[in-house]
Amino acid sequence: MPFIAHTPRQQEQMLAEIAQTMAGLFADIPTALRCGSLQLPAGLSQQEVHQRLSRLARRNATDLVCFLGGGFYDHFIPAAVAALVGRSEFYTAYTPYQPEISQGTLQAIYEYQSAICRLTDMEAANASVYDGGTALYEAMMMARRITGRNKIIIDDSVNPIYRVMLQSYTRNLNIELVETHSVDGLANRPEILSRIDEKTAGVILQNPNFFGCIEDYSDIAAAAHQQQALLIVSAYPISLGILKTPGAMGADIVTGEGQSLGLPLSFGGPYLGFMATRKQFVRKMPGRIVGQTQDKQGRRGFVLTLQAREQHIRREKATSNICSNEALCGLTALVYLSLLGPEGLKEVAQLCADKASYAYRRLTSIGQVRSYFQSKWFFNEFVLELPCEAAEVVGKLIDRGFAAGFPLSRYYQGMENAILIGVTEKRTRQEIGMLAEALESIL
Amino acid sequence: MIPDDVRCLESHEWARREADARIVTVGITDYAVEHLGDIVFLELPQVGMPIKKGTSFGSIESVKAASDLYAPVSGKVTAVNSALADQLELFKSDPYGQAWLVKIESADPREYDSLMDAQKYQQYVKGLA
Amino acid sequence: MKLIFEKSIVGRRGVRPSRSDVPTSINIPAKLQRPAAPALPELSELDVVRHFTELSRRNFGVDTNFYPLGSCTMKYNPKIAEQIAALTGFADLHPLLPQLRMGGMLTQGALQVLYETDLLLREITGMSAFSLQPMAGAHGELTGILIMAAYHRDHGNHKTTILIPDSAHGTNPASAAIAGYEVMTIPSDQNGVMDMTALKGALNKQVAGLMLTCPNTLGLFDPHIKEICELVHSVDGLMYYDGANLNAILGKAKPGDMGFDIVHLNLHKTFATPHGGGGPGAGPVGVVDKLVEYLPISLVVKREDGTYSLNYDRVKSIGYIAPFYGNFAVVLRTYAYILLLGRDGLVRVSENAVLNANYIKEKLKDYYDQPVAKLCKHECVFSATRQMAQGISALDIAKALIDRGFHPPTIYFPTTVKESMMIEPTETESKETLDSFIAAMIEIAQLAQSNPQAIKDAPCTTPVGRLDETAAARQLMLASLP
Repeated sequence: MPFIAHTPRQQEQMLAEIAQTMAGLFADIPTALRCGSLQLPAGLSQQEVHQRLSRLARRNATDLVCFLGGGFYDHFIPAAVAALVGRSEFYTAYTPYQPEISQGTLQAIYEYQSAICRLTDMEAANASVYDGGTALYEAMMMARRITGRNKIIIDDSVNPIYRVMLQSYTRNLNIELVETHSVDGLANRPEILSRIDEKTAGVILQNPNFFGCIEDYSDIAAAAHQQQALLIVSAYPISLGILKTPGAMGADIVTGEGQSLGLPLSFGGPYLGFMATRKQFVRKMPGRIVGQTQDKQGRRGFVLTLQAREQHIRREKATSNICSNEALCGLTALVYLSLLGPEGLKEVAQLCADKASYAYRRLTSIGQVRSYFQSKWFFNEFVLELPCEAAEVVGKLIDRGFAAGFPLSRYYQGMENAILIGVTEKRTRQEIGMLAEALESIL
Repeated sequence: MIPDDVRCLESHEWARREADARIVTVGITDYAVEHLGDIVFLELPQVGMPIKKGTSFGSIESVKAASDLYAPVSGKVTAVNSALADQLELFKSDPYGQAWLVKIESADPREYDSLMDAQKYQQYVKGLA
Repeated sequence: MKLIFEKSIVGRRGVRPSRSDVPTSINIPAKLQRPAAPALPELSELDVVRHFTELSRRNFGVDTNFYPLGSCTMKYNPKIAEQIAALTGFADLHPLLPQLRMGGMLTQGALQVLYETDLLLREITGMSAFSLQPMAGAHGELTGILIMAAYHRDHGNHKTTILIPDSAHGTNPASAAIAGYEVMTIPSDQNGVMDMTALKGALNKQVAGLMLTCPNTLGLFDPHIKEICELVHSVDGLMYYDGANLNAILGKAKPGDMGFDIVHLNLHKTFATPHGGGGPGAGPVGVVDKLVEYLPISLVVKREDGTYSLNYDRVKSIGYIAPFYGNFAVVLRTYAYILLLGRDGLVRVSENAVLNANYIKEKLKDYYDQPVAKLCKHECVFSATRQMAQGISALDIAKALIDRGFHPPTIYFPTTVKESMMIEPTETESKETLDSFIAAMIEIAQLAQSNPQAIKDAPCTTPVGRLDETAAARQLMLASLP
């Protein structure tokens, strides 16, 4: 039997030593509840499983040239990432509740927390939550805890996938979620500023926003603070290689999706929700947090701290119910950032911006293709207006070997001809040129 | 160890009526201190905050536990021991004196009188073991 | 050992991106840029590799040590699953592909994995349909409670309370409270299972449901489980099964047969996906027929022509609780594991898990107090009360085990047992490993009598000794900042 060490003889010996039979070990299950057998196929060998799953893997189209973004990006993952994260001392370890034998995991999480703070210009980060959407949900709950208020303002330039998640949670939890309508691809300032009041717990914005546009939210931070409300910004970590940070804008909580930091796309997960905040709010932040301390001999060590906020102690009064998180994904992000360093990350970000800019110029030089928005500054994504339905064009480009972009009509009414195109450092000049040619020939 | 001039809640807060009979000083008992372990954080209200008997006015946290602090009487917070946050060892050395948490200007003196006295509290605690 | 930031040398480079093949754009104005690059460490690739290799050696993992953490099911993580998760046909698949026109056809392999895993989990648990979206057990619990709430709202039931046993895992009441319910705790009786009198007293029309794990956190199978389900159903409440302990009854009993309406599973426990130092996991939720319409959007369906697609048209669904289809790579590993074990292998799991736990229980019962001296399932619970007489606590015993090369069992959980130690060996451990663990536990029990100080100083074979947790919480150094 796979992974069972006992030989039949050893099993008999053990049963004899404890004066039991196999049937006796399950005698506490009432007869009426015993299931006869499982209606499942017999077990396969490793070889058979590998063959079967390789066949299934080949039935997925991963050879399309990828211009899809929307918060999840096809970045290059340096080889050393998998080599280090694949060390089984990391991935077969449990949550570090026994710190003396978990200094590897604990120090790595501490360094990850530090890296997130340095990236975002914040003061404290947690050890991760499930993904960028959950991070926004937890930030929303955190803002409610801190302010004691129940109203959250969110602009529709924030990732619509996250917005539907927040709507699903708030609908079931009686929270007032006010959605403002972006204007020309940017956050709707007049509407947002007019809705901030003494009932507001927080304002949620994204930078770069879902359309790829870059903004500075310092003015909204100031307006929120005037009413003792908080600013929550969801950020794209690669962009922080060059962009002004949410911390510098005055954000109180920064969240985001860490997939772009060395995690494979993996059809939706596992991903990495990061959360960072100011020191004064740390006790209201959910999730595990690692702190520095020392042992009796004064040696530096790391432990899980502020656990009294968490579910295993506080139970129904906990800051969150989160237990398992995305620790290994946090380690992955740390390794990625360490391998690239500040210059490497800056270069990756610059490549993304330059290639996106080049793609934008090539594509908008096609007769009937225009920029959808007037707003000028984007990072590595932009929205184009096509002369016909974007979804249909994307379908045709798939046949030409491109995942050309994301038709926005799925999430934004009235934007049937809009396509969101994302470019990473992996896209070559040649690929961009071929996309332009293919698009031109279709139109 | 518990002095006999205090009254207590089942949630292990103590209350002492001051010489000025309207003022009640509040803290936590040595039983609570022992069970919490090393105190690491204290969350106390602002002076002037109205308070209702039986509701939480703050929280106290140790490495292994976090508890709300419950008001023994209703009224208004007139003083807060803010210096205590930097001297958390006082909980161990002087839980009924220097480790006081808040002073409440109490509206109804009968609320204080209805609390468990020190002796009853000792018996209650024995029963918990 | 230095922090990675402390090893940084100005100007040192690691991995370099490719040179640009397009013109540089001065696209973004300076006022929208950060004034300087982020203060990340500047290291060579070898520096980074050595740093993390050294860190990894400061960890105990299942691959290095016996890891009998009760309630965590630290079984062997099959490497074949790791290999499959790394196949580029899965690893490089963009989650937005199915949302393109005909996009489902681009991801048929992945959709088939999700579809078939759903079917396999249904058979294992006796539920009618699964959502694979929840990204951890606690996430599954919250999802399950939201489904419960949606059902009651839809039926016009006014429900305010959820019943939870005192021995439950902390995520249970935390999840219930977040969903807006009041929690009422039901005590255990002297046999360690649910107190039926207390339960009957607590039942009323306001009870939305009861959350239970069976076997419970003491490793005991509640003999009244069917009656408990019937009682809760009689007030139109729903029964929620916390699947953390499924390893004990795989192939032997199904929560569906017991009467449960909602089940969550922990793939990183029962189904051998790696714990990763705290995650990622996955917590799929299964439900009975009458609750299927409330499951999160989307679900994978099989069309008549045999192709798979995502069904988003689900009016009564609680909505989206994940950005996409769940932690796909974790579900994929589970699928591989179930295929590998098959119907007989899964039954052998529970048989050997329960054998190993009872083997340890019998061999240690003369040295440590047992809160309940009964047949256990996949985990056994001891109390260090006898050793406390010498001033040795469960914590001290745990630290002494570390010096002997074992990861300690779970300590101080369940909270209903004083000085508790919960031991879950799992089915993948050999008799020799169990015997050496037992010998170590006996040696420690003897030391507790003859030389308690030797235990108090443990561990002394690790890079650091016992760490000052009070200082950590007081000084609050949570990040190394520039």
